[in-house]
Amino acid sequence: MSTVLPPPKGVFDEMMLDANTPRTAYRSYHTWLAKVAEQELRSKRSEAELLFQRVGITFAVYGEEEGAERLIPFDFVPRIIPAEEWRLLEAGLKQRVAALNAFLKDIYGEQAIIKAGIVPADNVLCNAQYQIAMQGIKLFRDIYAHIAGIDLIRHSDGNYYVLEDNLRVPSGVSYMLENRKMMMRLFPDLFAEHRIAPVEHYPNLLLKTLRESSPVEDPTVVVLTPGRYNSAYFEHAFLAREMGVTLVEGQDLFIKNEKLYMRTTTGPRQINVIYRRLDDAFMDPLAFRSDSMLGVPGLLSVYRAGNVILSNAIGTGVADDKSMYPHVPDMIKFYLSEEPILHNVPTWCLRKPEDFAYVDAHLAELVVKEVHGAGGYGMLVGPAATKEEIEHFRGLIHRNPQNYIAQPTLSLSTCPTLVEEGIAPRHIDLRPFVLSGKETRIVPGGLTRVALKKGSLVVNSSQGGGTKDTWVLMEESSAKENGEESLPC
Amino acid sequence: MLSRTASDLYWLSRYLERAENSARMLEVSHSMAMMPSGRSAEQELAAPLRVTGAVEEFWTEHSRLNFAELYKFLAWNADHHASIYHCFRRARENAHAVRGRITAEMWETINATWIELNRMRNNPPDLKPFCDWVKERSHLWRGTAYGTLARGDAFHFLRLGTFLERADNSARLLGVKEFDAGDESNSLRDYYQWTALLQALGALEAHQDAYGGRLDSSTVAELLILRSDAPRSLRACVEEINTILSQIRGPQGRRAKGIAKTLLAQLEFGSIEEFQQDGLTLFLENFLETIHSIGDEIRQSYLEAV
Repeated sequence: MSTVLPPPKGVFDEMMLDANTPRTAYRSYHTWLAKVAEQELRSKRSEAELLFQRVGITFAVYGEEEGAERLIPFDFVPRIIPAEEWRLLEAGLKQRVAALNAFLKDIYGEQAIIKAGIVPADNVLCNAQYQIAMQGIKLFRDIYAHIAGIDLIRHSDGNYYVLEDNLRVPSGVSYMLENRKMMMRLFPDLFAEHRIAPVEHYPNLLLKTLRESSPVEDPTVVVLTPGRYNSAYFEHAFLAREMGVTLVEGQDLFIKNEKLYMRTTTGPRQINVIYRRLDDAFMDPLAFRSDSMLGVPGLLSVYRAGNVILSNAIGTGVADDKSMYPHVPDMIKFYLSEEPILHNVPTWCLRKPEDFAYVDAHLAELVVKEVHGAGGYGMLVGPAATKEEIEHFRGLIHRNPQNYIAQPTLSLSTCPTLVEEGIAPRHIDLRPFVLSGKETRIVPGGLTRVALKKGSLVVNSSQGGGTKDTWVLMEESSAKENGEESLPC
Repeated sequence: MLSRTASDLYWLSRYLERAENSARMLEVSHSMAMMPSGRSAEQELAAPLRVTGAVEEFWTEHSRLNFAELYKFLAWNADHHASIYHCFRRARENAHAVRGRITAEMWETINATWIELNRMRNNPPDLKPFCDWVKERSHLWRGTAYGTLARGDAFHFLRLGTFLERADNSARLLGVKEFDAGDESNSLRDYYQWTALLQALGALEAHQDAYGGRLDSSTVAELLILRSDAPRSLRACVEEINTILSQIRGPQGRRAKGIAKTLLAQLEFGSIEEFQQDGLTLFLENFLETIHSIGDEIRQSYLEAV
């Protein structure tokens, strides 16, 4: 018998409506869970850990011994999303990414949104992520972010909010896929009982999107990795393998006559599309950081000549920057003439004096983030911080206000999770992956991350977060439709 | 295929083959050292060190040579280039770099081996069960590769590494016996030494099949050098190298192919008496040199191609 501990007051729990009643989508899972002994769940978990270790589904932790590999904790109580909720999310995600791509095309082109006074010019042009080299380049299909990861949370009001957009090199999709594989292996019965939308065709959709990014008829696509010591190396190798394309490092590539080639055993082979898992700054030592050995000297000139497609494009970071985030709803209205379907979290930009004053006075209640920060580094969670930490941060924001934004401390929804004390509520978020090619494609669900520490709101794997399988339940009528969608390309 | 990937695959299998050969060597010196003989056990134990070219390295770190020390050195020393631990580590590193290019089952096989090896390292098992385990993992790897990997260049470069390393290791092992043979021929001790050598090269059964009860330096040398029915014989290795080189796509590697063909012709048309006249030691030295130049050519034309 497993009992699910009740969620704290004032928090939206994904499974439980109140202490005893599960929500509709979880009804059947809850019944199943009540019948399984906790001991059995724990032994399943050891089995899963052994398998993950064996398969090498690991990530490297920076700051530890080189090559140190760790498992991302996997929790097998799934996050279940009802079909009607997913329909709304899907529409909202497509809308948001379409606006972000339109914004990128605009600011690297005519800059209508600046002229219209909607986004301040200095916020774009003085942004460290703005790449002047992209100005005036016409991209095929006008797509900048072919792959986007949008982080969503659910607040205590039951609504989903966008926490941030990731338009550079969003990672985590391999865990989404491996978690599903593991769940199907450990609990096949559950998959027979539920109608769960499949996600396994993601690599197919990704390859399709990458191929569509190039005007070349049968393009050669590669995945570019910084190498085996990168924290997401597993994912790079995994995606290359699943798509059946070559995984390259900078040292495998060279440029001749403004074209990009890889060194192969049968001689040079031209590359048309790079799915790059490397930040802008490392792509080309001649154009960006000259001390980087990870990219290819001269790559930018090949790119500017239109002889290779980078996916994502250079300079997408300017649109997912936290200082740009407050403007996304305006972008949706401006470019699409639509009302935003997904909400933004209210945000104070410390570059504005009135916002700064408010934040400075309410530091202990707010979450303060670096504009360019990622991975849960460089942030202050006011209510959870000590006095010293708060004062330290106060110093930081006074010194460099434009580098920070602040948001109210949100109540992330919880999902029951197997931890020491039993099956207890833990806070979660959701990262769906949006692919933009000839059409926009999203596999149902995404990666659910969970903060394993009680009460913690930081879900990042680098900060001790774990992951869960995400189930989008299918409606009877949509089953057939989805089945067709998932045919390989 | 990427040159770097080809290189990783090639070295991956070279290291695994080396690990297996180190285990085979350890096993044989173990059984030889337990035999009553005119020579000191220390001499027997020094043989694996000579084969792997590690005599000096061993003596800088150790003051005496006994079985426990040798086992520790050849199996678990993380720095010695032929130690089983080192070989598995390098093999796993190479596999990690190409995990997208080999099958998931191959990767799991080698990753699980590495995890288990590290678990064992805290409390090493006895030599015999350990050597059995190493051979088993090696067989399992080979089986997984044969059973799951597409017959393309990835497969060819893996096999190329295996047979180049095996040719090298077999020749070195043969060299030690030559050096050891001394003047007394066909003594009881000799008989056991030849048997041990056959065992190390997994060729005891093949020898029985080929020569019945006869066993002397000529039959052993002939089987292990000139005949292709023993899968670890020099000729078997060189035949494989030739076949694989011809299967790799593209026009590269002409020189490697040329040298390998010439070497094969020498083995195909030579006789053991001929080689014995000039001395087997010299023959084996030349053989090793040729194998190394094939390795160099392979490196230049495929693995570092510009």
